[in-house]
Amino acid sequence: MKFIRPMVILFGLIAVWQTIVMVSGVPPYILPGPVKVVEAAVSHAGLLFDNAVTTVLEIIAGLLIGTIWGALNALFMIEFRALKRWLLPVLVISQAIPVFALAPLLVLWLGYGMSSKIAMAVLIIFFPVTAAFYDGLRSTEPEWLELAQVMNARPIAVIRHIRIPAALPAFASGLRVATAVAPIGAVVGEWVGSSKGLGFYMLYTNARMQIDVMFAALAVLCIVALTLYFIVDRMMTKLVFWQKEENIKEKNNR
Amino acid sequence: MHYNFNTDNPRGLRSAAPSISLEQVSFTYPGAQIFHSLNFTIAGGQWTCLIGPSGCGKSTLLRLISGTLHEGLSGVIRFDDGYDRQGRTAWMAQKDLLLPWLNVVDNVCLGARLRHEMSDQKQKRAISLLEDAGLGDYIHALPSALSGGMRQRVALLRTLMEERSIILMDEPFSALDALTRLKLQDLAAKLVGGATVLMVTHDPLEALRLGHSVYVMTGRPARLSDPLIPPGIPPRNPGDPAVISMQAELIERLERRETP
Repeated sequence: MKFIRPMVILFGLIAVWQTIVMVSGVPPYILPGPVKVVEAAVSHAGLLFDNAVTTVLEIIAGLLIGTIWGALNALFMIEFRALKRWLLPVLVISQAIPVFALAPLLVLWLGYGMSSKIAMAVLIIFFPVTAAFYDGLRSTEPEWLELAQVMNARPIAVIRHIRIPAALPAFASGLRVATAVAPIGAVVGEWVGSSKGLGFYMLYTNARMQIDVMFAALAVLCIVALTLYFIVDRMMTKLVFWQKEENIKEKNNR
Repeated sequence: MHYNFNTDNPRGLRSAAPSISLEQVSFTYPGAQIFHSLNFTIAGGQWTCLIGPSGCGKSTLLRLISGTLHEGLSGVIRFDDGYDRQGRTAWMAQKDLLLPWLNVVDNVCLGARLRHEMSDQKQKRAISLLEDAGLGDYIHALPSALSGGMRQRVALLRTLMEERSIILMDEPFSALDALTRLKLQDLAAKLVGGATVLMVTHDPLEALRLGHSVYVMTGRPARLSDPLIPPGIPPRNPGDPAVISMQAELIERLERRETP
């Protein structure tokens, strides 16, 4: 059932798509049917792959840097209370500016290459990571901390052995959200100014009226985003291995 | 004594478990005075039980002794061997407080880990403690795989692993079923050796089984009764006629205290 359900959904959506195309008689330069898109994907496979590699690299680099930056922010805010009072408003302001509005500036500053897209992705990613991880670090079970205090624990050991592991479930959900939105950063960056990547390729094919190829690029982007999400989701489940066990136990007890 | 407690920490030696003296101790939470000029001596190397209604300040007293609570405290709390109170106590709570991401043996060694004192020797000692407590098959299991009674047994061993001469227990067995509770009480009584134990409890039978002396704490600010001294050596048999008759007396004292 685990695999059948997504397949049914996928083919159902494709069938609806095909039906709309056939019934409405929309011209293919507005809405190409699934068969035409698959044909376009096959005939442009090389170009699609090249551009997908660029976008994937941008997203992964953005995820890595954004996650590390986001996690460090959270740790600093927990460790240094004074810093938190200064950093938190800055973080909130940084999120108040729509990243889309920053895209032209980033391209101006960092150029047409990958770095401006990575910067965009980082800007989108780090905040959910910081927010979730900080929340997790802040809400450590007080009795664990009290126990550690009675045990004469070193502060750094409390962070490492208690606070960080206790915050990992929250961190994991933050990273899941971040992964889901990461492609936005890369693609918007590519729209604003670039010569490579799926976002660029979509604009390029659109301008040349190759709407079927544009749809194929969109489909590839979808697959990339989903694959990435499932990989991260798996990794996070492994990271908080004890939660899984608890869930299993809960189910058995029911 | 079942275990040999000589360690690299001379202050943890059980043979010299100090008594605890509270002199003129007052403590105020915002809006409520919990203790006012309380004088209380907890005998060294013995098991002292504190019993009383919820919210009367029993847990607060433990926290004041362990040092996790000190704001709002006036008066003197000292250990009569003259050493500083810092790092002398071990604490066992009602919740087992096992870390779900550490396996059983790592949980038992938590204190050493948190002090960066972990060694193979400590690990081996933890394993032998676990084996003696009947948890040999679960050394590498996660806490989630254990029953409530087993988890609390691990928590007990973690407390003993600290090798502190003073052990503070806050209703450690109250969440367990009756039979498991009796077993764990026996195990605890066997393993604490000559440490000074102060245990807070709701359960009169538990207090009378385990305590060398039992105090009733009531009122606000809280007051302590004269001690009840059950005959015989703990852990006492729950069917012991002396225990049963004292239980009646203890319950009567609790009731009398609750209706001023």
